[in-house]
Amino acid sequence: MTRLTIDDLLKIKEKHQAEFTLREGGYRAKVTVHMGTCGIAAGARAVMTALMDEISNASVKDVIVTTSGCAGLCAREPMATVEIINQPPVKYCDLNEDKIKQIFKEHIIAGTPVEKYVLVAGCETTY
Amino acid sequence: MENFRANIMLCAGTGCVASGTMKVKFALEKELKKTGLENEIKVVLTGCNGYCAQGPVMSVYPDDIFYQAVSVDEIPKLVEEHFLKGRPYEKLMFKEPEKKSAVPLMKDIPFFKHQVLRVLRNKGLIDPEKIEEYIARDGYQAAAKVLTQMTPEDVINVIKDSGIRGRGGAGFPTGMKWEFCSKVRSDVKFMLCNGDEGDPGAFMDRSVMEADPHAVIEGMIIGARAIGSHNGYIYVRAEYPLAVKRLQLAIDQCYEAGLLGKNILDSGFDFDLEIYQGAGAFVCGEETALMRSIEGKRGMPRPRPPFPAHKGLWDKPSVLNNVETLAQISLIIMNGADWYKSLGTEKSTGTKVFALTGAVNNIGLIEVPMGTPLKTIIFDIGGGIKKGRKFKAVQMGGPSGGCIPESLIDIPVTYEDVVKTGAIMGSGGMVVMDDNNCMVSIAKFFLEFTADESCGKCVPCRVGTRILLDMLIDITEGRGKESDIETLEDLSLDIIAASLCGLGQTAPNPILTTIRYFKDEYESHIKDKWCKAGVCRSLCTFMIDEKTCTGCGACMRACPAKAITGEKKKPHNIMQEVCVHCRNCYETCKFNSIRILPAAARETVKKE
Repeated sequence: MTRLTIDDLLKIKEKHQAEFTLREGGYRAKVTVHMGTCGIAAGARAVMTALMDEISNASVKDVIVTTSGCAGLCAREPMATVEIINQPPVKYCDLNEDKIKQIFKEHIIAGTPVEKYVLVAGCETTY
Repeated sequence: MENFRANIMLCAGTGCVASGTMKVKFALEKELKKTGLENEIKVVLTGCNGYCAQGPVMSVYPDDIFYQAVSVDEIPKLVEEHFLKGRPYEKLMFKEPEKKSAVPLMKDIPFFKHQVLRVLRNKGLIDPEKIEEYIARDGYQAAAKVLTQMTPEDVINVIKDSGIRGRGGAGFPTGMKWEFCSKVRSDVKFMLCNGDEGDPGAFMDRSVMEADPHAVIEGMIIGARAIGSHNGYIYVRAEYPLAVKRLQLAIDQCYEAGLLGKNILDSGFDFDLEIYQGAGAFVCGEETALMRSIEGKRGMPRPRPPFPAHKGLWDKPSVLNNVETLAQISLIIMNGADWYKSLGTEKSTGTKVFALTGAVNNIGLIEVPMGTPLKTIIFDIGGGIKKGRKFKAVQMGGPSGGCIPESLIDIPVTYEDVVKTGAIMGSGGMVVMDDNNCMVSIAKFFLEFTADESCGKCVPCRVGTRILLDMLIDITEGRGKESDIETLEDLSLDIIAASLCGLGQTAPNPILTTIRYFKDEYESHIKDKWCKAGVCRSLCTFMIDEKTCTGCGACMRACPAKAITGEKKKPHNIMQEVCVHCRNCYETCKFNSIRILPAAARETVKKE
């Protein structure tokens, strides 16, 4: 490590913000990828990885990703629920890597749900 | 991919490491790799989480799930359930002592719920071995502010206004201590940290040094600037190797980052800091003895005045602060004196860390606002007494403190209220006792400790504690005399008045408080030769109550001396000639059928 200046202290803080959003809370959006046996069989892992890549590439610091068990509608897996604080949660179904990338850009970043993939809006919240 | 979706904060405090943290870490990493999750889930080793009784413990973010007693065998299942399938694993969750139902979320667990974290703000939340993580939690911002925007007077005024008192035990106002030293003119001054912690049952300072070493260093930089010092030492006992290792690592990181050494953060201020390892003598926690020890001499106290603020280490003006005091200095600078005073009482501001041990269900490290009732600490946070037993007393302040009885359990914990009971706040050790504890034995235990640890320089302490201890040994072995209680009290007061330093001045406190609240136990030991709690072996006889004994045989199996005889489902009997008074039968019996009688009853029981 080189000698730090006061500005460096703030830069280090900024750089680690995503990690501490995870630990301390204070996130803006939370995506739950449903990972029941049905979800995993239908390709939920690939969806999850694609989403993590998108977040990483976009350097977004206030979005967290978590997993849950089967959402109950096994025929429409892979599914994911997007919860943006103070907005009704939206459940997406029949996902694949491209669809989740589109959802990330349009819904999570730009704020408009991708209606054609939506199963239901206004379901239960977890935050 | 740098981005993780979950962080596993695995406790690597001394307690958890001893119960197997490192094995759990390797098993976790292996399993995460096997399931292809190694780039999604990050394992972070933290300092002491505080909930030490059920280690290794870990918390998972962002889910805020808390797991306890994590074993290597459970790892594959845990990873599959929680991290692959998103179903938190109930088997390892915290269970309420009475209800046995699992509490998944850390914020709902009573042990954590009632706490307010300031000193322990980073416990379990950062990796203490990475300076970046401390900086990411606003670390060194306060030092930067002090070095570039504030004068030493400004700093001292904020600390004085905050009302913070030294957390080492005596509670002397920190701001005043700094002010005294800052006003002395000298080329060389020393900023010192007291990381010696010798009280039986206390581990607050160790945990802070292990979990957040940079917080202590930042406090020292600020203190050094306030008093005008350019050299500092952290005095840690060598029997705290993990604390020494993490502090040394933190100091090295600071030198590399220009946070220690010359021209810190380009402010023109220089401060050098090193660790001094003590050999682990109780008296070296006393400030003048600690300074002698750093000088390389035998750690013995000297009379004051002159006070260390004028003549301290190598006769230079010095300030010695406790670990816990220093760890919160940066918060006061960042948030202001009023913020600090918003918790606690008028004369005892802020929060206090306690090491809760003994007969409580939830053993561990806690932090609560000053003024929190003792009852809240023991019953809400501590989860009450183990095995549903009866609360008897709580020992506060270690060998320098005393026992607070059940009748005073509603007192708020502040410096003033605790002193009124005859105990002291001390560094924050709280040993909870149930009705199986003999208070004369407790006093004897602490006197053994102080008599051993007396440095021997002054007669009242060296000889006095020995005489007190011999009297207590006599009482617990049946040789007590009627006048003993008065003699103990008189001698105690003399030792307090005549001793040179805090060790001798407080050593009699455990005797005085136990006599004050449990005089009947002393009397029954002396007059009736009876230890009702069944602890003092020579003063008790164990027998089985025939009416309630079910003949289950549990006591027979527990008896190491094979002194218990009897047929199945018929009342058993203890052969007094063979019994070694070990209490095992008493502890084992589920039907409350073991009676503890005076020593004299042995003959009668035998005849029957």
